[in-house]
Amino acid sequence: MTHIAIADQTAHLHHPKTFIGKYIWSQDHKVIAIQYSVTAIFVGLIALLLSVLMRLQLGFPGQFNFISPDAYLQFVTMHGMIMVIYLLTALLLGGFGNYLIPLMVGTRDMVFPYLNMLSYWFYLVSVIVLMSSFFVTGGPTGAGWTLYPPQSILAGTPGSGSGIVLMLLSLAIFIVAFTMGGLNYVTTIFQARTRGMTLMRMPLTIWGILTATILGLLAFPALLVSAIMMLFDALLGTSFFMPAIVSLGEPLNHEGGSPILFQHLFWFFGHPEVYIVALPAFGMVSDVLSVHARKNIFGYRMMVWAIVVIGGLSFVVWAHHMYVSGMNPYFGFFFATTTLIIAVPTAIKVYNWVLTLWLGNIHLTVPMLFAIGFIFTFTHGGLSGLFLGNVVVDLPLSDTFFVVAHFHMVMGVSPIMVLFAALYHWFPLVSGKQLHTGLGKLHFWGTFLGTYAIYLPMHYLGFLGVPRRYYALGDTSFIPESAHVLNEDITIAAIIVALFQLVFVVNVIWTLRSGPRSVRNPWGVASLEWHTPDVPPAHGNWGDALPTVHRWAYDYSVPGAKHDFIPQHVAEENVEYEAGGRRVGEGE
Amino acid sequence: MANTPAVNAKSGYWQSLVNDWGADREVFKLSWGKLMMWIFLLSDTFIFSVFLIGYMNVRMSATDSWPLTSEVFALHVGGADIPLLLIAIMTFILITSSGTMAMAVNCAYQRNKAATFKLMIATAILGASFVGMQVFEWSKLILDEGVRPWSNPMGAAQFGSAFFMITGFHGVHVSIGVIYLTVVAFKVLRGHYDERGFQIVEITGLYWHFVDLVWVFIFAFFYLW
Repeated sequence: MTHIAIADQTAHLHHPKTFIGKYIWSQDHKVIAIQYSVTAIFVGLIALLLSVLMRLQLGFPGQFNFISPDAYLQFVTMHGMIMVIYLLTALLLGGFGNYLIPLMVGTRDMVFPYLNMLSYWFYLVSVIVLMSSFFVTGGPTGAGWTLYPPQSILAGTPGSGSGIVLMLLSLAIFIVAFTMGGLNYVTTIFQARTRGMTLMRMPLTIWGILTATILGLLAFPALLVSAIMMLFDALLGTSFFMPAIVSLGEPLNHEGGSPILFQHLFWFFGHPEVYIVALPAFGMVSDVLSVHARKNIFGYRMMVWAIVVIGGLSFVVWAHHMYVSGMNPYFGFFFATTTLIIAVPTAIKVYNWVLTLWLGNIHLTVPMLFAIGFIFTFTHGGLSGLFLGNVVVDLPLSDTFFVVAHFHMVMGVSPIMVLFAALYHWFPLVSGKQLHTGLGKLHFWGTFLGTYAIYLPMHYLGFLGVPRRYYALGDTSFIPESAHVLNEDITIAAIIVALFQLVFVVNVIWTLRSGPRSVRNPWGVASLEWHTPDVPPAHGNWGDALPTVHRWAYDYSVPGAKHDFIPQHVAEENVEYEAGGRRVGEGE
Repeated sequence: MANTPAVNAKSGYWQSLVNDWGADREVFKLSWGKLMMWIFLLSDTFIFSVFLIGYMNVRMSATDSWPLTSEVFALHVGGADIPLLLIAIMTFILITSSGTMAMAVNCAYQRNKAATFKLMIATAILGASFVGMQVFEWSKLILDEGVRPWSNPMGAAQFGSAFFMITGFHGVHVSIGVIYLTVVAFKVLRGHYDERGFQIVEITGLYWHFVDLVWVFIFAFFYLW
């Protein structure tokens, strides 16, 4: 094949000379990854602040005058949208995807570096457009992150003027950015792997990112189109999603639209979006667990198939978010069945993570703590998902705090745990310095125990029937006094957890400024990204020649081998064995 | 590793299939650019599918009657209303442009730069005339019939909304294609691809054929239904 040779040439790489070319308009995947990560973490901190403000209102209603009902709804909405799209999606795929794909599969860069650069700058524009909605008349939209019409564009909902328009525009721009990045990720993983890096030798991180990106490329179109249609409804007065409505006694100039259509389109995007966030996290946590347990990942092939099957199934479950919207009972039956089937590959993954730890040489490093914490939070969130997947159980629990607790455990806390595991794990590679372990452990225990303090009671509140998204509960006979006390406790826990995130920020700043240089490959990782000639990897990643891969990424504690891991690029004849040790032919 | 002979002998059909498929450095025997275009088109297919599904849905939910497309899109020629005449011509032009595009790809691989250039420009001109006719159709609907995105004197307002949105989005695709074709055509003529090969012409062609194919679906679902 003539085009294989392209991967070996450095000519197509953009070699910047100036500071601006190197760090601002950079086409290097590592710089783009850092740009993505810093931006995403910055907006994530804003979203964290919004959640604290929201909790202040819920815990102490009436105590904080600056939180008006409108402002509360805006905080809820912006918190949700920023966390899901602009933090998790951007950080997992734009940040870690960009950084790790070329290093883990052994290329010099993404296949289309210029497009990759554009991807970041479009993302930044989408963030700026979103943030600008805080400063327009009426403020950002308060329609809830699901943006359901007709309320999202009708007077009465905060931000129904410019707020919702800016939100939809920002989403459309984000989708353009994601598409440019995503095309790069998929093409790079499919076509540009180094010699010996077969698909079934790729680290699970790459499998997770690959599948999530494909999901994104197929799911974001539904959001893009519904954003365009809603923009037309809001700006041109069309009636795609707008039925005939009487507002404040006045009939509006709409009729014949279908609000349910928006819900279908939104969730056709929204459910795969859960896995766009979860699958890269699944992949990264598999790698972290394997490395820090000094053991190969249990059931590698099944882990790969589970990722692929979850990705496929995620497209046929979307209406389980819409049971209360009403649908034909046969549809409810279908979507409940497909939803519960997803539990099978997911359970395979959880069992395999636990079996990876089983009899492993577990190092309780900071990344490992976060990874093990993830197994807990994800199992809890997943189990409450089994409840909500059933129509009859979902109907009474829908729109209560039980749902809030469920999805925060499964797609809020869990991916965040993995993100922290990944940040602590790959920080020495990116910066050449290792984050402080003591501060890291403090950060972990505060976050892990704190999230349980927040979300376990929330399940109970949900069972009591406390509704979500309400500004204040007021005097309600079915909500006992104890629920209000619990709400205060949750708020206090939330503030403490938020403060613990500052420990991480301090840790990063302190380490970058005055932390000691890390040793090469401090965790003893076998996969390619830690075996570049320079750490942190230089422009072009691999020096003179691309590495050749001889084994999978999980050769840890190979019986008879002298070292406890064998890097992927070490050929069998170069592996050192103990004298008299058993020579094992293959790592698997 | 899993693809040693000992393992393969024991492994079943699926495992061998996966090993064969995954063992190569490239999953598809395609260049980077071509694969990227295919994936992009797959994503774009979803966009147009959602547009069409949204249109079908609002057509069902609309409370007013849906206008008869054969009457709305009729041209008054020689004293008689001929249904769908303009659309038929537009469809014919677009499908013809796919033919000239295919010929351009063939000429490009024969390294016949002059013929490639002429055929690509012919394709672009056909595409531009398609857009021109679309402008004519839009102006006829807006000025003569009084159709607006938000209202429609002939029945359901959603008719105008879906029509302008979908044909507009497709028209933007055609216009981008015309620009893309023109740029690549001039680069071909200037010898920009003499060394790296003429595959870009085929990639441009993929996009162009896709835009034509989408039009066939819009034609079938919007105009004929």
